[in-house]
Amino acid sequence: MASPVIEINDLRIDAKANDEWSAIVRGVTLAIHPGEVLGLVGESGAGKSTIGLAALGYLRPGARVSGGTVRLQGQDLFAIPEDERRRFRGTKVAYVAQSAQAAFNPAHRLMDQIVMVAVDRGGLTRAEAEARAVALFTALKLPDPAQFGSRFPHQVSGGQLQRAMVAMAMICNPALIVFDEPTTALDVTTQVEVLISIRNVIRDFGVAAIYITHDLAVVAQIAHRVAVLRHGVVVEEAPIAQIMDAPQHPYTKTLWAVHEMPVDTSATHLQKGAPLLTISRLSARYKQFEVLQDINLQIGRGETVALVGESGSGKSTLGRVIVGLKEPSGGSLTYDGEPLPPLVSRRSLGTIRRVQIIYQSADTALNPRHTVRKILGRPLALYHGLRGARREARIQELLRMVELDPTHADRLPGQLSGGQKQRVAIARALAADPELIICDEITSALDKVVQAEVLRMLLELQARLGVSYLFITHDIEVVRAVADRVVVMQSGRIVEQGAKAEVFAPPHQPYTETLLASVPDMAVGWLDRIIAERAA
Amino acid sequence: MEATARPAAPSRVTQLIRLVRSAPLTAKFGMLVTLAYAFVALFAPLIAPYGEVEVVSRVPFDGWSAEHLLGTDQLGRDFLSRLIFGARNSISIALVTTIISFTIGCLLGMFAALVGGFVDQVLSRIVDALMSVPDLIFILMILSILGGSIVNLILIIAILTSTRFYRISRAAALNVASLDFVEAAKVRGEGSLWIAVNEIFPNILPLLLSELGMRFCFIFLNIAALSFLGVGIQPPTAEWGSMVRDNAALINMGDITPLIPAAAIALLAVAVNFVVDWMLNRASGLTEEG
Repeated sequence: MASPVIEINDLRIDAKANDEWSAIVRGVTLAIHPGEVLGLVGESGAGKSTIGLAALGYLRPGARVSGGTVRLQGQDLFAIPEDERRRFRGTKVAYVAQSAQAAFNPAHRLMDQIVMVAVDRGGLTRAEAEARAVALFTALKLPDPAQFGSRFPHQVSGGQLQRAMVAMAMICNPALIVFDEPTTALDVTTQVEVLISIRNVIRDFGVAAIYITHDLAVVAQIAHRVAVLRHGVVVEEAPIAQIMDAPQHPYTKTLWAVHEMPVDTSATHLQKGAPLLTISRLSARYKQFEVLQDINLQIGRGETVALVGESGSGKSTLGRVIVGLKEPSGGSLTYDGEPLPPLVSRRSLGTIRRVQIIYQSADTALNPRHTVRKILGRPLALYHGLRGARREARIQELLRMVELDPTHADRLPGQLSGGQKQRVAIARALAADPELIICDEITSALDKVVQAEVLRMLLELQARLGVSYLFITHDIEVVRAVADRVVVMQSGRIVEQGAKAEVFAPPHQPYTETLLASVPDMAVGWLDRIIAERAA
Repeated sequence: MEATARPAAPSRVTQLIRLVRSAPLTAKFGMLVTLAYAFVALFAPLIAPYGEVEVVSRVPFDGWSAEHLLGTDQLGRDFLSRLIFGARNSISIALVTTIISFTIGCLLGMFAALVGGFVDQVLSRIVDALMSVPDLIFILMILSILGGSIVNLILIIAILTSTRFYRISRAAALNVASLDFVEAAKVRGEGSLWIAVNEIFPNILPLLLSELGMRFCFIFLNIAALSFLGVGIQPPTAEWGSMVRDNAALINMGDITPLIPAAAIALLAVAVNFVVDWMLNRASGLTEEG
């Protein structure tokens, strides 16, 4: 066997927090051979990205190597000074980040950014580099490869931009590419396209790769071997087929189990009595652009309705119309038999209280300068007039409802984990004693283990409080786990709606079919089957 | 789960002492100097050897002596006493002016950012118009029309300075206003003023603080400059700017006495900025705190 492209030997990395060094990678040993793809799997905070960056000889600010070596083609990266290490990046080892939107400079054309490393350090002339970039665009199935590079980042779609970033990584023909969650931010349907491109390019060019992800179904399609990481330690490493079929380590087993989320098949709480919210013939537009057309939808008491669709399908806009942030251009909203004024400024506080919204990103939805106590206390004072000891008691009660410790009341959001922040956001919605909660992609920023816990908690709260949920999501697995009814949206219209069992059972509407078929299976070879089907 | 034993939180006073101890040397120096100025200003009648407008010597421009530590001014008043009373007038006027301009500027700036559209346009263009006229000339003009009372002086400088706070708070608030927690507050049914003060203000405070420290110094200098020009604080009230002017002739004779009020202004400016810098570092380093 050829010598490994990269050899990580007993690597230890410390990070500085509050003036103290704590270990975030504790003795990781990995080796990757030419043409091999290693999947690096684990929850957020497990040290995946830190190891991925260490393979580039890079450490985040405030981190240091406290032991072990990283050898790239035999060269110990941390034994040489930083400016020598820099010469390797982009030429021998390259990086594909999670968010291409954030990684590309919006002020420069794609081509300028893609060929920069090749011209600067790769020893190619500008013309050679551009020719190679166009060849890569073709290989990555980007539209109009010859002209693609002359566009700006905002002029191409998210999936195309992610592929452009793969092209940027490939431009110098590196020996190793580190993919850091390259499809996590994409829709399922786009994700498949990007996955196919990445898989083909890796195979055709014979490059070695580290593929970092928390999505096991994705890693099953791409990787030859998988290393499962927890608290900075590799708990299990095995060839893909073996680890998917028979995980050995208990932690690996829980990860796998979480992925198959419990599907709630109990008698669904279908509407009894009058619906809580009725939307009829609703439409909305931004300027001339129709974002919602002829939406008819009902949500009953204690019911969970899942609103599914890709980004741009108008599902979040519908959520904004319901809470009164976006004025509809036609149609009507009826809440509990009463017409609902279109804008929040014209609704009474009593009406506002009954419909709450929880956002996708708890990072931006919670004021970073307010303590949890202040965040939860405000709706209590505003809607229920609670003060002093009674408010404090209710805050403690809310924290217990979302399974947080009462001591968390004194924390700022920055001192909480992602899952804890989302729990605070849920508690804030519950503080109003709402009847309907709109959940706008609330679990998509969380990793699978946390996601499953939050969903379970929401279902338990629903059983206890009888609250209705409108789940806006693109994640079919979440829908399977929580929904009573499913509404499928595409380009501003509802294409299908009905009980979960009906929508998910064939025959499907064509769009529902595509959506369902795009969700990766937890099985090796799923992507090959899709590619074969498309070729046929 | 109930009655979780928690160590008693340290009292606010202990926290404050700990905080001051942890401050860097420059900030400690700044605090010390600022406190000294505040002390002098508060207890001026007790500290000053003579009265503010009391003519104590028949010799104008008398040299330094045991009786009159810094000599006397052009009318034979004790220079040191005038300096001490001057601290009172200059600092309090500058402070009031800064607070008024900060409040007006920040509230309007955040309001414009939140509401947007027509209101924002109108407010911003008015501010542009005010800013396009050179400050000193504008103030001179207004004061000569309305008369140079202290109230007029404070109001006109406050309004002109608030344009700076307006611009900076509007720009900073625009970034914050697009975040989900502001939208969440709107959905909750909060009014614009509540959102501005509770949701936006804490997040743009670090930026505003740095501006606040700098503007305080500029206002101070503005008042001194106006007094120097003779339209600011009117005699016989002691004021550092006018003290420099009234005794400027001494400089020609190689006497540094008239420069002492100027040095007092400079020292306060430096001290205030040291403190503000430190507050700024702390406020922006929010996440690193345990």
